[in-house]
Amino acid sequence: MAGKVKWVTDIEKSVLINNFEKRAWIQVTENEDWNFYWMSVQTIRNVFSVDTGYRLSDDQMVNHFPNHYELTRKDLMIKNIKRYRKELEKEGSPLAEKDENGKYIYLDFVPVTFMLPADYNLFVEEFRKSPSSTWIMKPCGKAQGKGIFLINKLSQIKKWSRDSRTSTFMAASSGKEAYVISLYIDNPLLIGGKKFDLRLYVLVTTYRPLKCYMYKLGFCRFCTVKYTPSTSELDNMFVHLTNVAIQKHGDDYNHVHGGKWTVSNLRLYLESTRGKEVTNRLFDQIYWIVVQSLKAVAPVMNNDKHCFECYGYDIIIDDKLKPWLIEVNASPSLTSSTANDRILKYNLINDTLNIVTPNGEIPDCRWNRSPPKEALGNYEVLYDEEQSVNESTERDLRSRSGQSLGSKGTRTSHMRPVPATWK
Amino acid sequence: MIDEGTELSVTIAQIVQRLKGTHLHSQLEREAKECLHRPEIKLESLKEDVRNFLKESGWERKLQNAVYRELNILSPPGHPTAPPEHIKEPLVYMRKAQANWEKRILKSLNSMCTELGVPLARKRPVPEQKEMTNKWNEMGTDEPDLSRFRPVYAPKDFLEVLIGLQNPNQESCDEPSARSHWGLIQVPLNVPDISQLREAYPELDLTTSQLGIDDHTNVPPDLFEYEHIRIGRKVLSEQDSAAAQQYSRQGCPTGLRAQLWALILNATNEPEDIAHYEQLKAGVIHHDLLVDNLIYKDVKLTASNDDYYFVFEDFLYQVLLCFSRDTAVLEHFNYNSATPPKSCVHGKSGAEKVAVVYPPNGLIPFHGFSMYVAPLCFLYNEPSKLYSVFREMYVRYFFRLHSISSSPSGIVSLCLQFERLLQTHLPQLFYHLREIGAQPLRIAFKWMVRAFSGYLCTDQLLLLWDRILGYDSLEIVAVLAAAVFAFRAENLMEVTSLASAEAVLADLSTLKVMPLLQIFLFATVI
Repeated sequence: MAGKVKWVTDIEKSVLINNFEKRAWIQVTENEDWNFYWMSVQTIRNVFSVDTGYRLSDDQMVNHFPNHYELTRKDLMIKNIKRYRKELEKEGSPLAEKDENGKYIYLDFVPVTFMLPADYNLFVEEFRKSPSSTWIMKPCGKAQGKGIFLINKLSQIKKWSRDSRTSTFMAASSGKEAYVISLYIDNPLLIGGKKFDLRLYVLVTTYRPLKCYMYKLGFCRFCTVKYTPSTSELDNMFVHLTNVAIQKHGDDYNHVHGGKWTVSNLRLYLESTRGKEVTNRLFDQIYWIVVQSLKAVAPVMNNDKHCFECYGYDIIIDDKLKPWLIEVNASPSLTSSTANDRILKYNLINDTLNIVTPNGEIPDCRWNRSPPKEALGNYEVLYDEEQSVNESTERDLRSRSGQSLGSKGTRTSHMRPVPATWK
Repeated sequence: MIDEGTELSVTIAQIVQRLKGTHLHSQLEREAKECLHRPEIKLESLKEDVRNFLKESGWERKLQNAVYRELNILSPPGHPTAPPEHIKEPLVYMRKAQANWEKRILKSLNSMCTELGVPLARKRPVPEQKEMTNKWNEMGTDEPDLSRFRPVYAPKDFLEVLIGLQNPNQESCDEPSARSHWGLIQVPLNVPDISQLREAYPELDLTTSQLGIDDHTNVPPDLFEYEHIRIGRKVLSEQDSAAAQQYSRQGCPTGLRAQLWALILNATNEPEDIAHYEQLKAGVIHHDLLVDNLIYKDVKLTASNDDYYFVFEDFLYQVLLCFSRDTAVLEHFNYNSATPPKSCVHGKSGAEKVAVVYPPNGLIPFHGFSMYVAPLCFLYNEPSKLYSVFREMYVRYFFRLHSISSSPSGIVSLCLQFERLLQTHLPQLFYHLREIGAQPLRIAFKWMVRAFSGYLCTDQLLLLWDRILGYDSLEIVAVLAAAVFAFRAENLMEVTSLASAEAVLADLSTLKVMPLLQIFLFATVI
């Protein structure tokens, strides 16, 4: 039985277990020898903690990077992106170019965000510049829409800070219950009059060099209630939040489609109503911001060779078809809300396993991380740093001769000053 | 018989008659008058100069497109002395069957009305009107209690009626030809066989490039796609309906489809179209109709649960509620075998009763009706534009899918065509399914009644509808239904019950329409 992968999981989800069983892998407990552990973010903390952690051997693999929170905690992601931009600026990189208003041309892809309480004064300064704006408060460490609320008056945040000083705000000083406050995208793209966000799955197999894959079968999550930007509805979270976890409590939640619409529907709709060029540009921008967000955290990420990670990217598109990165989830929900959702998630895990455990064999953390094209399933190579370094010379030559790179014109993005391979 | 010359002049007279008094007519007159002030218009060559001006300013093209629309809708003139009902439907037994069917629907509607104690129509009190105005954009969030309402009929009820159709002039018991007794449709109509279809659909042959096949990701786009898109742009810039229709036979590129369809249909979104739509909207706000409940119910039962269309729920109400009040739709009853239902209401004085068309557009919606609109929501995000394209699609094509007629695009012909194609080219399959009690038409009927809306993936559905518009015919729908059976024939040969046959054909969302059509039409051995 030497050839069979021994697996453990602390997430009892059928989409996982069915995939392991399909490969005839053997289930073991975490106290036994295991090769593959699909774990929650709580468990990963223990695996790599200084006190309780243990050395992973070459034939062990886990589904998180030790300090994934550099990307998946809202405050740290913002911090890393801000730092990344400053560094590029210092280097004089053309990527850090700014427009006449002092906004980054290529790197302005997260809504203006501040940490609270740390950046309170900066926030107040920004708020006063546009007092009619709406802001969204999110606890840094929580997911699935928990603890989120909207404000549009300074008094509200003052009240919140007074109220929470006794309870959560105390913890905030210890860094646990910190909040981020972000400018609320109040001009979202509406389809059929409804607001939605995009959930995309991105697989990273190594940060240095960066290798990442985009899952083709992402989806849009729709609010079940009509979107009204009016402030009277600020309290009705169903209008503003598109998390299924929240929407499920709405009266109008539909259990057939679960408010989910495939990305291919979105593309068809946008191409039909707005044209092919702008649609391609939008998707190119989305791929761009995913790659940039990963590059922003790559230097600080503990690129442990036993790790891979499948992230859930949340993106909102505004009515000018500009995509905004809202947040990144380390443990995208594997709960299936509908039959289609179940198939999607089963396939997502299946395709992920096909890449990270080639041929379903016992993992070897020294694997080359260059899966053959046939093994990608519904994943597409989003960025491969190695390959792009090799290709960039050739590309320079080709682009100078005016040849287009992308196939069928869908991925030709000439707007970026630096080549980004997501082909 | 009338000769060609007479036929042409009758047609011209009809079209002239119809275009007189239209908005376009007055616009043309105004333009012609105004251009007289232009220096290039000379008195000695007045007629010629005005004509040139109208040509260069694009008005001639608008007139051409309007004439083209009329030509598409007009049935070829029959004998000059033929009564108008012959234009609706030349065969007496079809007319009778349609009339009986209408009686049944109306009776069912009336009994629902009495049973539920809901009036056919009522004026909304002012506060309710205000509420309606406020929630216009979010009617979907409203959850009226619709449990007591049921669709007036579903496609399967309609199929039973079609199965029962008989031509009284045909002796059915003596010497039955074996073939006619295989299928469910028993009326003798001329339907095209494959060789006739090949002549009618030459662009679908294996050597002509098609969107839906030759734009596949593995095909280099410079072979066909780029050039096709370039031509599409040119067709749009010329604003020529006829050219757009021809172009659509090879498929419309996604980014140009919305404009191309509107051009083919001559469905405009001018200020007067928007005003018309707003007027209908006011009608919805002022009056509540019983059929509104049927529309709500239908949307809730179909589109609201659909993976592709649920996001457009509100648009569907905005289109369908307005549609039910649009008396301009009545005009299509000139060439539709159906006749708008009438209902008695009390006249203004309250004493006498007056018969009025009910609902105002003459159409009682049935289960699945909203699926005619749903795919169009992918193309038009402005309700007024969506509305005008849908209305035109309806009065040109969709009405034929739920009225009994002998038209080649009518549902009866489509059913017969479907059965004949299967019988001729897959006789074993047909026989097998019939033997196990799974008559193919019982499965395919629902697809055809909706022109496949809600069954195919939307991108594939739009490719199919490109061809409906391109060939100005619904025949292709029957061909596709047969092609689907051919494609799944192997699995179908193994099933032993209707339920398992239905299961094999339950999910059509993975099908690629164009290869299926192309292969069925041009690679079948005949």
